[in-house]
Parts: sequence; structure tokens; C-alpha cells
Amino acid sequence: MLTAVPISWFLTLSAVLFALGVAGFVFRRNIITVFMSIELMLNAVNLSFVTFSYHQKQVNGHLYAFFVMVVAAAEAAVGLAIILTIFKNRSTLNIDDVDSMKN
Amino acid sequence: MDVILFLVFAIIAVVCAINVVVQTHPISSAVSLVGVMASLAVLYLLLGAEFLAAAQVIVYAGAIMVLFVFVIMLLNAGAEAKKGRSFTAQLLGLPLLVAFLGLMAYFVQRLFPQSTMVHFGGFRGGGAAEIGHALFTTFLLPFEVTSILILVAILGAIVLARKEMD
Repeated sequence: MLTAVPISWFLTLSAVLFALGVAGFVFRRNIITVFMSIELMLNAVNLSFVTFSYHQKQVNGHLYAFFVMVVAAAEAAVGLAIILTIFKNRSTLNIDDVDSMKN
Repeated sequence: MDVILFLVFAIIAVVCAINVVVQTHPISSAVSLVGVMASLAVLYLLLGAEFLAAAQVIVYAGAIMVLFVFVIMLLNAGAEAKKGRSFTAQLLGLPLLVAFLGLMAYFVQRLFPQSTMVHFGGFRGGGAAEIGHALFTTFLLPFEVTSILILVAILGAIVLARKEMD
């Protein structure tokens, strides 16, 4: 019976969450769900940062995760404003219908 | 004890993350994402990142997800329409995902063979005092640049969302 958690378990969990985020980003068609998948990927990377910070016994990884959080907040604000504008102009949330740069 | 704590919240995080991906209604995805973030906050506490755990709950689960739910409600987003996607994507997507995960897990196990064990209280440098000290000494320039980034984000959001005045 283990008394402590191996560090590789945390990194594997981070990889699983990141892969699920990628799957959501690729497979989903709703623009809001795609956006939430990006947040999921950012969270997975944050877990990796904090785990490596524990591994190195340094606080630097926490700071990187903190900056990732700030960037995620800014990105959410701008991205949701873009989604609002797209919906206002096209009345759709399906990313397959937003393809005016295709041809 | 630590192993049980990790396993419980890791399983909650993975189940919620799967739910984020498979739910067709965006509001269900959003609620599942809050579950992922809350369980990640507990794992941060286990890793000794007290400040980040608090920031995770306040900023992510509190602010960002409320913004998401607000937009979903505002746009009255319904369930996603089923659409036939390409056959190769359906056939290859899941096996490739599993292959990526297996490769990832293999390399992680090879790189970190039981070297560091995580137990609660093993790292005590993640409190608000240490974070603040590092933020205003080593990371002062990125911190100031971040303030400009947030200003730009605010301006961008206002420019995108305003009504045309003239």
C-alpha cells in the first residue's frame, strides 16, 4: 500500500485532461464548447506546472500557473465578446457555419 | 490517505472532463467544467499550492465560468445539432487519442520512476507570502506586462461588444 502519491500520477492525470481537451476542441461543433475545451487544456497544463514546482521544491511553477490563469481570464473575456459578435451577425453558434475566410 | 485523496479527486476530474466533451448541451459542459476545476483545486492543495488553489476557485470556477454561463444564457444556446462528420475522423480519432495517452504515460513513467513522492505538507513554499514575494521581485516585469495585457483585453472586449454608435 502506497503512503504517498508518485509524481508521475499527477503528470499522467495532466496528460489525460489535456487529451480530453484536445478531443473536445477537435470533435465538438458548438463554439462555446470548443472554447471550454481550451480552458480544460489550460487547466491541465497548470497542473503540470504545479507538479513540477513540487518536484523542484521551487515556487516558480506556481507563478507560471498564475500567469496562465491571468491570460485565460483575458482570453475568456475577449473570446466571449467575439462569440457574441458572431452570434449577432450570423445567428449561429456552429463553427462549421463560420467559414467566410475559406474561399 | 494521500493516495485515496488523489484517486478520488483525480477520478472526479477525469469523469467531469469526459462529461465536458460528450455532453451536447453547453450548460451541462459548463457545470462539468466547474467540477474539473474544483477537483483540481483540491489537488493543488495536496501539492502545497495554497494560493493557487484559492485563485483556482475564485478566478476560474468563480469568475470565468460565470462569464461562460452568462454568455450561454444570453445566447440561449441549445443542444448541438448532430451532423455527420467524416468517416476517417470517427475511425481514427479515438485510437489516436488512446495511443497518445499511452505514449505519454509511458514516457512519464520512464522519466520519473518513483523519484519524488507527493505527500501533504511536503512543500510549504506556495503560500500567499512566498507568491507575493516572488511576484514583486523576480517576476516584476511579467507582472507589469500582465497589467497592460488585461487593459488591452478590456478594451478589446468593449470594442467588440459595443453597439455601433453612428
